[in-house]
Amino acid sequence: MEKFGTTRRQLLTAIGMVGGTAALYQAMTTMGHAMETQYKGPPNLAGARPGASVLVLGAGLAGMVAAYELNKAGYKVRILEYQNRAGGRNWSLYGGDSYTEMGGATQKVQFASGHYLNPGPWRIPYHHRTLLHYCKAFGVQLEPFIQFNHNCFVHSADAFGGKPVRYREAAADFEGNVAELLGKAIDQKALDSELTKDDREKLMEALRGWGMLDKDMRYKANLLTSEHRGYERPPGGGVNGEPIPSQLFSFHDVLNSQVWKNMAFFMNHEMQTTMFQPVGGMGMIGKAFAGQVQQLITFNAKVTRINQDKTGVTVTYADTGSGAVNEAKADFCVCAIPLGVLNQIPNNMASAKRAAVAAVPYSNSVKIGLQMARRFWETDDYIYGGHSFTSQDIALISYPNYHLFEDGPGVLLGAFASGAGAYRLAGMTPQQRIEAALAQGSVFHPGVYRKEFQTGASVAWSRVPWTLGCCARWNEETRKQHYQTLVAVDDRIVLAGEHASYVGCWMEGALLSSLDAITRLHKRALEA
Amino acid sequence: MMRPIRAMTIILALTATPALAQAPSGGGDIAGSATVKAAAPVTGEQVYTQVCQACHMADAKGGSGAAVIPALASNPKLATAGYPISLILRGRGAMPPLADMLTPAQIANVTGYIRTHFGNNYATPVTAEDVLRLSPPKSAR
Repeated sequence: MEKFGTTRRQLLTAIGMVGGTAALYQAMTTMGHAMETQYKGPPNLAGARPGASVLVLGAGLAGMVAAYELNKAGYKVRILEYQNRAGGRNWSLYGGDSYTEMGGATQKVQFASGHYLNPGPWRIPYHHRTLLHYCKAFGVQLEPFIQFNHNCFVHSADAFGGKPVRYREAAADFEGNVAELLGKAIDQKALDSELTKDDREKLMEALRGWGMLDKDMRYKANLLTSEHRGYERPPGGGVNGEPIPSQLFSFHDVLNSQVWKNMAFFMNHEMQTTMFQPVGGMGMIGKAFAGQVQQLITFNAKVTRINQDKTGVTVTYADTGSGAVNEAKADFCVCAIPLGVLNQIPNNMASAKRAAVAAVPYSNSVKIGLQMARRFWETDDYIYGGHSFTSQDIALISYPNYHLFEDGPGVLLGAFASGAGAYRLAGMTPQQRIEAALAQGSVFHPGVYRKEFQTGASVAWSRVPWTLGCCARWNEETRKQHYQTLVAVDDRIVLAGEHASYVGCWMEGALLSSLDAITRLHKRALEA
Repeated sequence: MMRPIRAMTIILALTATPALAQAPSGGGDIAGSATVKAAAPVTGEQVYTQVCQACHMADAKGGSGAAVIPALASNPKLATAGYPISLILRGRGAMPPLADMLTPAQIANVTGYIRTHFGNNYATPVTAEDVLRLSPPKSAR
């Protein structure tokens, strides 16, 4: 990665010197630096043949954007959806909702009116422009998602005696210690061969300013370091106005806490601020898309066979209520069914395509919403949105970004587990998951967490009946072997969804995949 | 006073580790937390409860929806130990390969467990060596 980066940088420098700024920008754009998404605006589907038809399988975002654009372009479109709801993984659970997972456990959600759990997507990067474009076009009201909150907690069983500390304190101490150590390395001439004298001096100045080091280049408990990590007694007015500096953590504990993981997480391109969420729950996006294509959707339709021949595509489906079996026919098909499900549906796509569908496993994830009678994280701990991180299975608790400062209840995200932690939580009954989330989350808010708890809901993605998992999990090998086959138009059928993108597990990926798929399918239709 | 070589080692450690441990790009939304610390399951029952049960259910009867999670209960395919071992190692369809998450001993234990519970009665013991024999090379994972 680093090696590649250096090469690319050298290349760009060379291009800049030879061709000037315009050439440099052109090159950067081509290489994906300056532009942050591949979105180029709505697809051009001009010239659709009158009467040409497309069957869309799945009313998630990929399926619905395909239906919307193809319908607009003049195609005769119909969508088959397994659930009685459109939106797919774009979904919010509200009070009054009922959710039955595989295995049969049913949860009656009892959140107060206006509160919700987003089981799937819950935050939108500012550069996911395809999604933001359609949100605006379809009237979805967006509000800021509070992603980065220095005042949240960091907890690790291996650090600070198992007590949570503020992110601000741990992150400041990490940076301060690194700055001091790097300064020592320069002092001891360890970087003499790496940097010119001039650059060493500039770096020293940077380390002092960035790391809050004193004049001797030391990171110590004083008013300077307290500017980053917070005070023992903050500045005030009058008699006791003078601030008292806070004490530093041992660097050993700071390292053990792995706070650098949280810090690196916030540097991740997808996680950088500003982030957004729809007002009223992420599911508002699915609802808005559905509002555009509602009349095209057949709900409760379980696809049981997909066949294509020279004349068109025939999809057999069963009504999940009555069991009645029907056939739907069209000239072409956009299949936006998650791969794990599609893998079990008999079809006559090319064998390489079927191998690609079978080759991609799905990730797991567990989200748990907990309604608290009062917003103690705000009133007692001065935390307004953001995430408190932990090394326990729940991974984090995340505080709601809406209804701030209200006296009433709040629903916080009590778990966003993945990997081993998610398997453990998923294997529990919904009641046991709530219990585990309360036990683990109490580490951040002892005394009040259980006391204020009112009601909860959980979604374990490995048991979601219509996906069999959270998201497609590609690796280097499967990408190389199967990705191009998976996304290629197979005669009359094209696949769409986050699984057919390099923006995996994001709504943006589902949309970009779908727009690309229908553009190629349209080309295929014109050639027919 | 720290000697230069030691200081350099620390710097390299500080800068190198995050790059190695970072989630691959395009990995989707993640919590961004420290590595989860929990006691690793040892016995077959522990592995089943903490991993397999997430999909195959506490009664090992699986489930059904738009597609099916196969039942392990009363499943004649478990007669050949190599079959479940291979599936656990390599995954199938939505089921992820678990070769990197579970040790050969854990896989052997859980294979033995499912083959002798939930209405299955295939008593031949399964060993870590059996699992190693069927394991894909690291590069193929």
